[in-house]
Amino acid sequence: MNTMRKWNLSLPAALAVVLLLVVPVVATFTTTFTQPQGAFAPYLAFFNSGFRRTVLWRTVEVALITTVLSLVIGFLTAYVISKVPGKAKSVMIIAAVFPLLTGVVVRSFAWMIILGKNGILNDFLIWTGLIDAPLAMLYTEGAVIVAMVYLFVPLMILTLVGVLDNIPKDVIEASISLGASPASTFRQVILPLSVPGLIVGAVLVFTGSFTSYATPQLLGGERQMMMGTFLYQRAMVTFDWVGASTVAAIMVVVTIAIVLVMGRIARKLNPMAV
Amino acid sequence: MTDRIHPLLAVFAGLVFLFLVGPLVIMIGASLSDTNFLTFPPRGLTLHWFTHIFEVTAFKTTAITSLELAFAGTFLSLLFGIPAAYALNRFRVELPSWLSTVYVLPILIPEIVFGFSLMKSVTIDSGFPVWLTLLIGHALLVLPYSVRVVSASLAAFDFSIEEAAISLGSPPLKTFFTIVLPNIRAGVIAAFILAFITSINDVSVSLFLTGPGISTLPIQILAYMEQFFDPTMAAVSVLLMLLTVGVMAIVEATLGLTFLTK
Repeated sequence: MNTMRKWNLSLPAALAVVLLLVVPVVATFTTTFTQPQGAFAPYLAFFNSGFRRTVLWRTVEVALITTVLSLVIGFLTAYVISKVPGKAKSVMIIAAVFPLLTGVVVRSFAWMIILGKNGILNDFLIWTGLIDAPLAMLYTEGAVIVAMVYLFVPLMILTLVGVLDNIPKDVIEASISLGASPASTFRQVILPLSVPGLIVGAVLVFTGSFTSYATPQLLGGERQMMMGTFLYQRAMVTFDWVGASTVAAIMVVVTIAIVLVMGRIARKLNPMAV
Repeated sequence: MTDRIHPLLAVFAGLVFLFLVGPLVIMIGASLSDTNFLTFPPRGLTLHWFTHIFEVTAFKTTAITSLELAFAGTFLSLLFGIPAAYALNRFRVELPSWLSTVYVLPILIPEIVFGFSLMKSVTIDSGFPVWLTLLIGHALLVLPYSVRVVSASLAAFDFSIEEAAISLGSPPLKTFFTIVLPNIRAGVIAAFILAFITSINDVSVSLFLTGPGISTLPIQILAYMEQFFDPTMAAVSVLLMLLTVGVMAIVEATLGLTFLTK
């Protein structure tokens, strides 16, 4: 009876994923390999185009910079949060969670108000006399990065507060009672023990920013086309579905490669696993 | 343990929180400005932009669609996800280990790729109606939350209680609702909230699955922004933030916000 039950309960959801997610995504992959011009023709076309290489490279660059900045900002902030006492800690967690639960569109839009030509930052800089004419900050790579860091820092903070809270207090106390300064305790005990969490966070941020659509669309526009916005443009503006499918396939390959490679690194670096 | 924080680090954390909260405060300010362009600090105060939202019918219809989708999608994901999570824990050794990976594929595959592929295969090639594909997309998008969060609370559940009830003659389905479900209530609520929030904020999956006849609020906001850049957008954003505050209040009341860091 259990044989039937375990499959009756587990298969409907699994079948739904396979039929409605795996099959369509595989179909997208398949179209890129079954073109009359040859199996890899769409990929050759992609990598032979300077514009498309720029889009891919820009996306990798933006995702990498966003990941590094979010890691540093998120880790230091999470470290502070993990050290403050109860009440202040919950206030800080609420402040971090709030943006996280607010939608991507809303949060990206906030940066349009700040960075726009008549935006707050330009108004402020002109008021201080630092500049005479408004700077073109919107639709630059920098604008996309700032908004993405804004998007992902809360996620990083939450991931890392959990990790830091799970470090046994005894280990830290042992380090201090053996004469290590707070700085070297941080460097030699807390940091290595946080590596698995830092890697989980890095993977989340990298894949999230690499595949994002709304933020590059709003803050980068046509000029700073990224993989997500390029996929949309190919599919819905030029109706080049093979081109769009190629972009989609490259996105999946990069994402899965990052997840696998980082997962392997995480297992190697995990000091608890020795 | 020394709990002192280096003053520079404290200042840094302060700046980070300013960075996190500042833009949202600016948004609230901009939504109240009586200018017809976005500015901060607001020149004069008005609630005109909030009333204007309700004059734009597209906002109302898409907001209703978004809410319906979030409820229906989340419900479907729990309907499929809770039994799956139950099976994963109850028959842990008997089920193949790759099965749990299948359930998280919707997170692993980039959302925009998923949305694009669904549109191509399900709407166009298989001729499903747009609303149905949109619902499928949202239900699958949030399925990983349902399975994983419910699974996490089932991991702490002692299945011998269930066996005791069954051996005393309680039918399995009744046992599930009277014994198992009350014990994993917190997990189900958490899964519901995470799934609901994910669905209602989703852009990347909905992007390809909406059309002239049916659209969701975030997609409508994106479309509106391409034409107008007035404080209406800020007002809509503020309303969405209020929704977030409501959700956070529910989280705090039911589970405590610290569950989010686990």
